[in-house]
Amino acid sequence: MQHAQEFTYGVIGAGSFGTAVANILAENGHVLLFTRRPEACREMLTQRTNRGQQLHPHVTPTIDIPDFCNRCRLIFPVVPSAGFREVMQQFSACLQPHHILIHGTKGLNLHLLPGEEIHPGQPVSRQQICTMTEIILQETVVLRVGCLSGPNLAKEIAQGQPAATVIASRFTEVIEQGREALKSPRFKVYGSNDVTGVEFAGVLKNVMAIASGILSGLGLGENAKAMLISRGLGEMVKIGRALGADSSAFFGIAGIGDLIATCSSSLSRNFSVGFRLAKGELLPDILADMNEVVEGINTVKLAKGVSLYYHIETPIVEALYQTLYNNQTIPQSLNYLMNYSFDKDADFL
Amino acid sequence: MALIHQQNKQGLYNLVIPDIEQWPIYLLSKDRAPFIEELISNSMAHIRELLDDSKQKLHDEIARALYMERIRMKTEHWRVDPPDERGFWRKVNETIAHISTQKGIPIGQPTDEDARLFHEIVARYANEIPGIFSPNTYRFASRVVTFGFARLLNTASGIFFKNEFRLGDRLKITGNIEKIRELALKGTLIMTPTHSSNLDSLVMGWAIDAIGLPPFLYGAGLNLFNSRIFGFFMERLGAYKVDRRKKNLFYLETLKMYSRMVIERGCHSLFFPGGTRSRNGALENQLKLGLLGSAVEAQRLNFMRGTTETMGFDASHAKKIFVLPVVLNYHFVLEAASLIEEYLKRSGKEKYYIDREEFPGTRLLTTFLWKFFAAKSEVILSFGEPMDIFGHPIDEQGNSIDQHGNCIDISRYFVSRGIITKDRQRDEEYTRLLGNKLVESFMRTNTVLSSHLVAFTAFEILARKHGRRLDLYGLLRLPEEDRTIPYTQYAKVTEHVRDALRHMADMGKVQLANHMYGDINRLIKHGLTNLGVYHTQQPLAYDPDGNITSQDMNLLYFYHNRLTGYDLEQLI
Repeated sequence: MQHAQEFTYGVIGAGSFGTAVANILAENGHVLLFTRRPEACREMLTQRTNRGQQLHPHVTPTIDIPDFCNRCRLIFPVVPSAGFREVMQQFSACLQPHHILIHGTKGLNLHLLPGEEIHPGQPVSRQQICTMTEIILQETVVLRVGCLSGPNLAKEIAQGQPAATVIASRFTEVIEQGREALKSPRFKVYGSNDVTGVEFAGVLKNVMAIASGILSGLGLGENAKAMLISRGLGEMVKIGRALGADSSAFFGIAGIGDLIATCSSSLSRNFSVGFRLAKGELLPDILADMNEVVEGINTVKLAKGVSLYYHIETPIVEALYQTLYNNQTIPQSLNYLMNYSFDKDADFL
Repeated sequence: MALIHQQNKQGLYNLVIPDIEQWPIYLLSKDRAPFIEELISNSMAHIRELLDDSKQKLHDEIARALYMERIRMKTEHWRVDPPDERGFWRKVNETIAHISTQKGIPIGQPTDEDARLFHEIVARYANEIPGIFSPNTYRFASRVVTFGFARLLNTASGIFFKNEFRLGDRLKITGNIEKIRELALKGTLIMTPTHSSNLDSLVMGWAIDAIGLPPFLYGAGLNLFNSRIFGFFMERLGAYKVDRRKKNLFYLETLKMYSRMVIERGCHSLFFPGGTRSRNGALENQLKLGLLGSAVEAQRLNFMRGTTETMGFDASHAKKIFVLPVVLNYHFVLEAASLIEEYLKRSGKEKYYIDREEFPGTRLLTTFLWKFFAAKSEVILSFGEPMDIFGHPIDEQGNSIDQHGNCIDISRYFVSRGIITKDRQRDEEYTRLLGNKLVESFMRTNTVLSSHLVAFTAFEILARKHGRRLDLYGLLRLPEEDRTIPYTQYAKVTEHVRDALRHMADMGKVQLANHMYGDINRLIKHGLTNLGVYHTQQPLAYDPDGNITSQDMNLLYFYHNRLTGYDLEQLI
């Protein structure tokens, strides 16, 4: 295990995906797994498990930020988007220009001026949105940044099932180092230079995952799901383009790949929310019950705002928005979608 | 607005390095022959690497260069072109053809002579590009500029014999001059001004001299050397030649290598990152990254050398490169009419056609200068905050500062797996980021003048009024009777935009000239007067009823563009 002595990789965030990433990295080196919560750290140290996953022997949990930054050159932040900026601010003083950060967070943040507020249903422009990569660049001195995205359901990865992912970065060296760190016979890593495309694809698919959960919860079949996936992809591409992304990433692993996985799997948190909504549960109750953040809920609001700002037709986003934020019933939303005048297939190409 | 504090009796700063023989530009010139040898070998090595060391690719590039150079000589011959160049390329052609025939090598296949031709071509360019710095010419030119301008200034103002007006009264410099002077001693400065007029080089030359810095190496278009006198001065002041007609790999790479090597040797350099004069009058937002890339590469090499010398990880002693954004603002631009014409033709294509046969904008430089001085107009040269090649601000000691005010070691941006490494793709990406940082700095450093404000507001009011039915090109052809804006409306909107700009200036997002504060009517008059001094067709004028109108929409659009990008349109 020569590698294990040479490299120490860092993972920020001990959620289920963060833990899964740490375990993969541990096959190629030592891993420091950072958690903000001392009790979680203690538990991992004693139990050697986290979020139902056994920790690889090379994974060491920690709460010590300076030591973490001193020892790791390649760091994977995997924290929910809502707290991402705050975490980066905490790490900022210790991060140095030689660090490389590859985040695995599929979410967006609003970037507002002091005193500015955006209410649900208000238009949102690109300037008001921050991707996680942009947050890293704003809050830290690190320039070599990338993102990890793809159909990576944490539970399947933890079970050692084969999976593929994409590392997107404008720096080839980031892709190469990320690929080397994550290499595993069970984990295939692809590279892309289209960071924005990959980030937006990964984020927007969460919207469709909720919709897919709803269809499943209603007991609808594969025809309905296929309709959702294909039309949903079109809406993702349109929104992505309006936000400045290239459309090619939407047709790759991080786009269609991730979309199919999350729209088909009950393991996806976003899918579960939709499923339970369709079963008649209320959103606040479902969210209170989930022990991890459901990125898609916030993304629906942003996608709706972006569609308004850039005048894009996104009926699925609209129907979901009305369901989640305006108490429209699911049958009403479905009715809205089935009566919407789609006239051209594949109109996003 | 902090104007320069005049230092000596001419109103200029003393030289930061008094002894000319200590100037890097002088030392470089003294060391010319070995420098050129090094330039040749470095360029050749770099080109070989770009061509993957492939003999076939090298042969193809030689053939391509020959083809392009022959077209250039045929279609675009300049007086400055050396008399032997036709002969040189004829020989290259003959060598390729002769070898192929003699040895029975099929045409297009590499030959034994390729390496020699490669060396000769690169050597030719390497000898052509560098200038020769002459201290005597420098001293002479410096006096001419200071004295000559002062005379012209006072003559135009009607007082030839008194030294009442100095150049510094018209060309105003803002920015942290003391810091720039400090940094000039601590590292290598790369000055990157915005470019709107051919006068810019002159203004920059004066400003560099005025703040006491040694001359900067500057890539001057070879066309400027067509004038013998101008060429004589340019060459001896350290300008190097950039021939934009030559687009072959050997030339471009030798040029880039030259600019990288002079930066590595500590010669302060100047180049216009926009590449050319801004055709539409707007601040540059898309930069040519080639020469910026030289700065990034030179910085990496300085660090690599630094770490080798100290045998460790400490690159803190390596020479640092400081990028200095500069925004030049004129109330009126010498070539405004032809620049905007060219821009509209290119961008509008069939949508843009010229109403009139003759364009009344071409004026002689002297007329321009005369009017400029007589009108007591001003040029504002604003130095932005110096930055490192990653866009971080720099403190007085030359340290890079992060967003939290801490010093950072930027050599570590080049570190991969513990050591500083060469990675061309990484350098390119850093260059792109630097370009973005420069564009952001241009926006913040821009000093808004009254003429920009009055043009922006007037054009936007007309666009708002007629924009629903007309596109830009339709708007530019708006009939004269539709161009009038009632004065009260105009003053109200102008004040609104001015106040927004003041708010932005308070937040450091832009700078305002001193005359931008105070009574709005006076400000509008100031803007209109300055805008109207030079152009025969006035971009903006009072009509007999005291309302506002435009005699030349293209020019109005040109001056308006200086304020685009600040999201001010929504205020109209």
